Amino acid sequence: MANKATREAYGDALKLLGEKYQNLIVMDADLSKSTKTEVFAKAYPDRFVNAGIAEGNMMTVAAGMATAGNIVFASSFAMFAAGRAFEQVRNSIGYPHLNVKIGATHAGISVGEDGATHQCNEDIALMRTIPGMVIINPADYAEAKAAVLAAAAYDGPVYLRFGRLAVPMFNDEATYKFEMGKGVRLAEGRDLTIVATGLMVNEAIQARELLAQDGIDAAVINIHTIKPIDRELLVDAARRTGLLVTAEEHSIIGGLGSAVMEAISEEAPVPVVRVGVNDEFGKSGKAEALLEAFGLTAANIARRAKDALRLKK
Amino acid sequence: MEEQQLRMLKKTANRIRQMALEGIYNAKSGHPGGSLSAADILAYLYFAEMKVDPQQPKAPERDRFVLSKGHAAPALYATLALKGYFPAEEVARLRQLGAMLQGHPDMKGTPGVDMSTGSLGQGISAACGMAKAAKIAGKDYRTYALLGDGELEEGQVWEAAMFAAHYGLDNLVAVVDWNGLQIDGNVTDVCSPLPIAEKFRAFQWHVIEIDGHDFDQIAAAFAEARTVKGKPTAIVAKTVKGKGVSFMENQAAWHGAAPSADLYAQAMQDLKALEEM
Repeated sequence: MANKATREAYGDALKLLGEKYQNLIVMDADLSKSTKTEVFAKAYPDRFVNAGIAEGNMMTVAAGMATAGNIVFASSFAMFAAGRAFEQVRNSIGYPHLNVKIGATHAGISVGEDGATHQCNEDIALMRTIPGMVIINPADYAEAKAAVLAAAAYDGPVYLRFGRLAVPMFNDEATYKFEMGKGVRLAEGRDLTIVATGLMVNEAIQARELLAQDGIDAAVINIHTIKPIDRELLVDAARRTGLLVTAEEHSIIGGLGSAVMEAISEEAPVPVVRVGVNDEFGKSGKAEALLEAFGLTAANIARRAKDALRLKK
Repeated sequence: MEEQQLRMLKKTANRIRQMALEGIYNAKSGHPGGSLSAADILAYLYFAEMKVDPQQPKAPERDRFVLSKGHAAPALYATLALKGYFPAEEVARLRQLGAMLQGHPDMKGTPGVDMSTGSLGQGISAACGMAKAAKIAGKDYRTYALLGDGELEEGQVWEAAMFAAHYGLDNLVAVVDWNGLQIDGNVTDVCSPLPIAEKFRAFQWHVIEIDGHDFDQIAAAFAEARTVKGKPTAIVAKTVKGKGVSFMENQAAWHGAAPSADLYAQAMQDLKALEEM
């Protein structure tokens, strides 16, 4: 299984889209080498607009461009796209429901050495509160590429979350079908369901293997679209297995775990255990070491899942 | 300017002021001061300067207007109604539950509103986006933004100013409604954005300074802006907050307060007297 960062898919997909849509414009805030928008910039320099280090302005400029009938991708690190520019995204993109796609790379603690100021574990929580905002957190390169293509075809604001770290590619790019708003049931299981998003999906698949060694049969669901969330699939999983374990590279406050609990609590309330970044800031280190230190691993998902079985009635 | 044109513009601006005040009075809420200071500029834009058609509010080739100082919405609504985008009765019930006209401009719900604004500093950025999009697509439309002087305290205004100059947006005109007052008082006492013209010049804009209530000067400024190539134009318009209503003029307290019944009657009397002059 080859390793590739989801941000690579962002750049590659944008280049494809530039060919397809003459009204597609890509913006960046001085991070085009890191966000990979430079791939588009090289192919379509006339439709690439660098706003400089001014993310708030970039978001609102993108909104203005969208009012003129363009599909605009505005790109930065998650910290600055969702964090610094939150209010611009909320008021200038979300409120008028404009056709702007926010390409947020370097999400989560796997940013690594740059440390807490650049590790955004809050972006999903922030974006979830904006009415009409679609949030997609793809799990690997193939899914990320398909998600970008789907976002371009959709009319309205989308928040796309990508990682810096090269992660295993478990989907087949040639055959993978991406459906916005639909969770993917990757494995069936009797005892519990692991619901994962982003780079934690691959960890969830491995956690299932670890649990199987102990005779525990876990189902695995990939939630790439966090909003609108696939309520039907989650309620069904809650009813079938009676226990959910969520896994995300994001704060356990307001992210996938919260969204899953909100989705099932009124129809099929069952225990939900959240694996994610606890209520604390990140720190510097190698990405893999950080994921280990913050418990964002298959081993920790398996441990938490095993422990949670006692909660089942 | 021809006498007939001047009379029409003055009458239109006066109607804008009366309608805006009526809406604010009915809602018991809104921003009269900055609506009154901007009325002449709005009248000129919609009745002399911009290529717009109220029958086709979304026409791709139309000129764009962004009310960056979104709280002057009552004046914009009155202007749009007079232009024919929607019935005047809508203006009389702005800000009320179930009404079309929101407290701040809503492009989704209101024909003629090109951008949702209200959060200060963002409108000029949106206008930059419209102007840059025209450049990319090779379109001729022009984009106008109206800002408050207090709004210049928002850092985003200067991010946008840098952007507009960098991309040579000569199809963009930003008008600053320099009425000198903001909610907490005189702009020079709160956190001074002065000097305004020098700041825009330093950001590589073409700058024109005018009296924002003198239609000849307003007309000359917009005409000059059309001749400028390679850079955006800022029209710094000195205005009077509360213009046209004796007790509101130059009073910060009327930034965001609705008049009582007595004062409303007096305000309308002031404006009607001006109309007859």
